[in-house]
Amino acid sequence: MSNKNGRFGIHGGQYIPETLMNAIIELENAYNFYKNDPEFNRELIGLFNEYAGRPSRLYYAEKLTKTLGGAKIYLKREDLNHTGSHKINNVLGQALLAKKMGKTRLIAETGAGQHGVATATAAALMNMECVVFMGEEDTKRQALNVYRMELLGAKVIPVTSGTATLKDAVSEAMREWTSRIEDTHYCLGSVMGPHPFPTIVRDFQAVISRETKAQMLEKEGRLPDAIIACVGGGSNAMGSFYHFIDDNEVRLIGCEAAGRGIDTFETAATVNTGRVGIFHGMKSYFCQDEFGQIAPVYSISAGLDYPGVGPEHAYLHDIGRAEYVPVTDDEAVNAFEFLSRTEGIIPAIESAHAVAHAMKIAPKMDKDKIIVITVSGRGDKDCAAIARYRGVDIYE
Amino acid sequence: MSNIREAFKNGKAFIPFITCGDPDLETTGKVVRAAVQNGADLIELGIPFSDPTAEGPVIQGANIRALAGGVTTNKIFDFVRELRRDIKIPLVFMTYANVVFSYGMEKFISTCSEIGIDGIILPDLPFEEKDEFQPICDKYDVDLISLIAPTSEHRIAMIAKEAKGFIYVVSSLGVTGVRSEITTDIGAIINLIRENTDIPCAVGFGISNPQQAQKMAALSDGAIVGSAIIKIIEKNAENAAEAVGKYVGEMKAAIMSV
Repeated sequence: MSNKNGRFGIHGGQYIPETLMNAIIELENAYNFYKNDPEFNRELIGLFNEYAGRPSRLYYAEKLTKTLGGAKIYLKREDLNHTGSHKINNVLGQALLAKKMGKTRLIAETGAGQHGVATATAAALMNMECVVFMGEEDTKRQALNVYRMELLGAKVIPVTSGTATLKDAVSEAMREWTSRIEDTHYCLGSVMGPHPFPTIVRDFQAVISRETKAQMLEKEGRLPDAIIACVGGGSNAMGSFYHFIDDNEVRLIGCEAAGRGIDTFETAATVNTGRVGIFHGMKSYFCQDEFGQIAPVYSISAGLDYPGVGPEHAYLHDIGRAEYVPVTDDEAVNAFEFLSRTEGIIPAIESAHAVAHAMKIAPKMDKDKIIVITVSGRGDKDCAAIARYRGVDIYE
Repeated sequence: MSNIREAFKNGKAFIPFITCGDPDLETTGKVVRAAVQNGADLIELGIPFSDPTAEGPVIQGANIRALAGGVTTNKIFDFVRELRRDIKIPLVFMTYANVVFSYGMEKFISTCSEIGIDGIILPDLPFEEKDEFQPICDKYDVDLISLIAPTSEHRIAMIAKEAKGFIYVVSSLGVTGVRSEITTDIGAIINLIRENTDIPCAVGFGISNPQQAQKMAALSDGAIVGSAIIKIIEKNAENAAEAVGKYVGEMKAAIMSV
């Protein structure tokens, strides 16, 4: 989908300091070589299957389907991957690539902690040093994940600048990378940032839609009518959409975190409330004020609490191929509880945004229609926060 | 062709960086005038950005203070208009791509030209992305300043050949901020630049004391100082002008002795 300069329509590009340009070019060259290298791909598939537990299940959620009374609902179970989310797909790919490039140190940003945990895991597996930048606010919201990362041998640096959330963790990881390039790979966690990251991350996450397509054809003998996934930066959604982009009959629906609502300032629904800008290395949609100052966004979900969106999503929105819908905190929390009770599956609060939208549209669809919801991660990490949201005073 | 060359006419240039509106525009005005009176040859005026990814903690702090004080791009344009009544030395804006893009590139750059801004530095706009901004800057005679970093290597010739105004040579890896030592071989980078262009080169990032400024100016055409000045402003707030003036005088004297 991207052209030579990493553009998706007008979006994407490489808006980064000169200091990083050679590192980015080196990464692009290495990726272009290894993506077609049989040995690299053999190793990566080995890691996916033997280590991460792929392929992930495409599960027919019968009780959910019957309870909602409309379209047939399948869940793409990325929550069953090792480390509990889709993040491991991208991280294993990037860590292997970094290793081939001779890097010995991985740095990463994390919001909910899922990408940080995945990066720390890959670093432990591949004998690499690991430093994770996490907004101080998020280290409090996700204290258990901080402990997990440290247990895995990573160093977690709480970021206190700005709003002390995901965007600030990205900024801090970028700053760190400009100061130490030689031995360090920045393992970016989503389909965002400067080219080639949106393409690299999408390609590693595309395993989701590759599997979904094959599994759906095997189970139903046809393609689904809609794919629903949550969108922060947008990596699980991009991975879930990718192999269906050319299948125009498949609706692609990205669920953005609306926080307290898109008519409030406490939202992170970028496509719905933002406008085109340049930030974190890319041109895309951003929540910003009239003078281009990046807005302090809000969502109950630390993983969707980001003021931008990946450039390929911005493009899919522009051409009308994918739709991006807002889902509020309240709706997501209801869906979190609903899926737990109907299917015995506790989704990550991020993924619950996708479930919430399915709950809105499935009852209105015919019973012969099929929806796939990507459950991007498991919700164990969120239980304490949701309990607090419901007024139960639990701390991890 | 902008006014920028004037800054390098009388020997080595001293270039202070000042964030507009830190802590308020009235103070910025006094600080700029004090810097000019004490020998500044060109001033980089920072338009604050919420998320300045190329800055260390000191300049990040200035950005936050300025935005918290309510400064906006429009207020800064008015401030420069006022400043231009008596300040004649070249002035450049230093900000981030989104501040310009979001305002409307043509509207932003044409306003720069109208109020007497000579150039613009965007640290998140590398050579590969400049074509979007360059034609507009050319149209309004505002120099889009190129940066060259210690990691630029074989990119130096390409960047230098198309550079306008002056070249900002980044002394060190990492973000802005005071450093005790600068280890990059600046001389080698300047030599490579010289093979490709004769526009002036000024070195910035990490320079804080007269010895460093002297050393960097000896290797190039000037020294840029940001964080060290911001620290003085942070410490003295509304009364910073005198201390900044004194500091600029000392730094200018050091580089003039090269």
